[in-house]
Amino acid sequence: MTDDLDFEGWTCPLPLRDTPTVVMGHGGGGAMSGELIEHLFLPAFGGAARAELGDSAVLTVPPGRLAFSTDSFVVKPMFFPGGSIGDLAVNGTVNDLAMAGATPLYLSTAFILAEGTPLSEIGRVATAIGEAAEVAGVQLVTGDTKVVDSGSGDGIYVNTAGIGVIADGVDIGPHRARIGDAVLVSGDIGVHGIAVMSCREGLEFGTTIESDSAPLHGLVAEMLATGIDVRVLRDPTRGGVSATLNEIARASGVGIELVERDLPIPPGVRDACGLLGLDPLQVANEGKLLAIVPADRCDELLEVMRRHRYGVAACRIGTCVAEHPRMVVARTGLGGTRVIDLPIGEQLPRIC
Amino acid sequence: MKYLDEFSDPDLAARLVEQIHAVTTRPWALMEVCGGQTHSIIRHGIDQLLPDGVEMIHGPGCPVCVTPLETIDRALAIAAQPGVVFCSFGDMLRVPGSSQDLFSIKSAGGDVRVVYSPLDALRLARENPDREVVFFGIGFETTAPANAMTVYQAQRQGIANFSLLVSHVLVPPAIAAIMESPSCRVQAFLAAGHVCSVMGTSQYPPLADRYGVPIVVTGFEPLDILEGIRRTVTQLEEGRHELENAYPRAVPDEGNPTAMAMLRDVFEVTDRTWRGIGMIPGSGWKLSERYADLDAERRFSVTDLHTAESPLCRSGEVLQGLIKPHECAAFGQECTPRRPLGATMVSSEGACAAYYTYRRLDLLTTSP
Repeated sequence: MTDDLDFEGWTCPLPLRDTPTVVMGHGGGGAMSGELIEHLFLPAFGGAARAELGDSAVLTVPPGRLAFSTDSFVVKPMFFPGGSIGDLAVNGTVNDLAMAGATPLYLSTAFILAEGTPLSEIGRVATAIGEAAEVAGVQLVTGDTKVVDSGSGDGIYVNTAGIGVIADGVDIGPHRARIGDAVLVSGDIGVHGIAVMSCREGLEFGTTIESDSAPLHGLVAEMLATGIDVRVLRDPTRGGVSATLNEIARASGVGIELVERDLPIPPGVRDACGLLGLDPLQVANEGKLLAIVPADRCDELLEVMRRHRYGVAACRIGTCVAEHPRMVVARTGLGGTRVIDLPIGEQLPRIC
Repeated sequence: MKYLDEFSDPDLAARLVEQIHAVTTRPWALMEVCGGQTHSIIRHGIDQLLPDGVEMIHGPGCPVCVTPLETIDRALAIAAQPGVVFCSFGDMLRVPGSSQDLFSIKSAGGDVRVVYSPLDALRLARENPDREVVFFGIGFETTAPANAMTVYQAQRQGIANFSLLVSHVLVPPAIAAIMESPSCRVQAFLAAGHVCSVMGTSQYPPLADRYGVPIVVTGFEPLDILEGIRRTVTQLEEGRHELENAYPRAVPDEGNPTAMAMLRDVFEVTDRTWRGIGMIPGSGWKLSERYADLDAERRFSVTDLHTAESPLCRSGEVLQGLIKPHECAAFGQECTPRRPLGATMVSSEGACAAYYTYRRLDLLTTSP
């Protein structure tokens, strides 16, 4: 009977046409789940998808050490200036792999969807995932979908896990910072956090700041190709530059001294932070990296970084020092010093 | 914001510091009233640049810090009630009550929301007619006009499920209370510019006269504060005690008449307890009778509050300028921003938090 039907370009009218929003059945593992994958996720993922739809993806990996990372994304709102939860979910894990010096190869995508979420929004997120994966050159090889009752979740949560390969001779880790090393940042800080905050409820302060979400493994590859001993790489996401540098100082036992006037903080970020009582050093970034490198090769490396599209505004912001081990301190514009502490939790806008 | 950068210029700051050194012949104790000024002084290391003996005493002007424990406990009790949406500015969420904070209420299922404007709370009330929406109205004269406007709008629009838990405090009575304390060491005040931008400057000359203290209205950028210090020290050295406005770009002497009219309509002056300090007569606002039905304290009868401050916490003495934060034995030990004993450690504008966040290194390296 089916011989008479042309399956080319065929899409099932159910459930995607009959229900405009997620229903519990989409997570049940039955026909509706399959249709969601087949008719929404896979077309949206486009060329980045490599789905045999088995229980496991079977992967071929080149020689070298494997890097493996996972991250969950619960950002609200799902769409913000310059990006969405979709590209964050790809770039976040790609960058976690890149910060170990790995070339990212494969990603999994797992979704927790709240009942009632419009399928059109899920389609937009999935399309963003596909596009970001194609740009990053990674394949989406396995995934999962669960649905939670209305009220038990908040739209779309995405988890990605990724595998990459580290070339021989690359040794990057937070414990490797040495006294005298230079601290570099690949560009303006605080941009992503302010972009997301600017479109949260009640916070329309008219900024034109867009998220800096970007895959950084290309920039890392250029940096490693110089042969310079890049000791530490980290992307300062949640907790910002402050949390990341504190973690490095603690892992390696050095002190870190920043020069406040050298910090690349765009005026819009500074103004928004001033208005809300936030510290730009604690605001999240998504497309920036911090690098700790030998000071005598720092200028050479900065030149290479500035030639890459994601490192145009790279600069040196500080030095690893013997004083105050395991602490991060900034020299203020007026000549004083202040401790740069780990943020306690989420930053809270102050009353006035 | 280039306009602000100019008020952080290191060369101009160095020149002001030189002038302060040149004019100073003996020790002086100056109080900056506002927590925002404290934060700026410590963050930029301004106190490290002053002549020996010129001491900055940190005042009680952190609205989060001085909100009385009983009010926090009342807020917690209201927020825990089913059917209530409790709205607050972000920095109140971590302030400890007697046994917990708003974050704990939220994690236990209470509907506690951070809003950025009281009008957001009013919108929530409009959108959730079956819920009681309460806004935690705390703060000095700066935040009061927006809260007054919200109450005014709620009544005008007939939004019956909105109410305000009011704990507003006023600066001039606090200055008087500090000066009348037998242990007072304060010889001059840097008044808070944003308070004066609402209320004007007319309340200050009588205080300067009565207590013989110079009062200089200042802003919050490093140069604003240094200029305020320069002017107060100059007055002290010359034996003068006057009000000066060093923040004219934001503060007209008459204040903001529209905001003041709204405040007069919605609020009336009342006695108010300050956390860590105690009751100061005439130092707060409550809703006037016309708006009494929008008062959350009346709407939710919360009884059986047993308030208990930590016996280790000396934030009251910090708020009165009697001790510096690190002179408290619990500072950085039992009391840190992560596990604060008192509000001065939890609020981003609290003196203890400012010392812990920015100055811990100096304190560690200079302590015996």
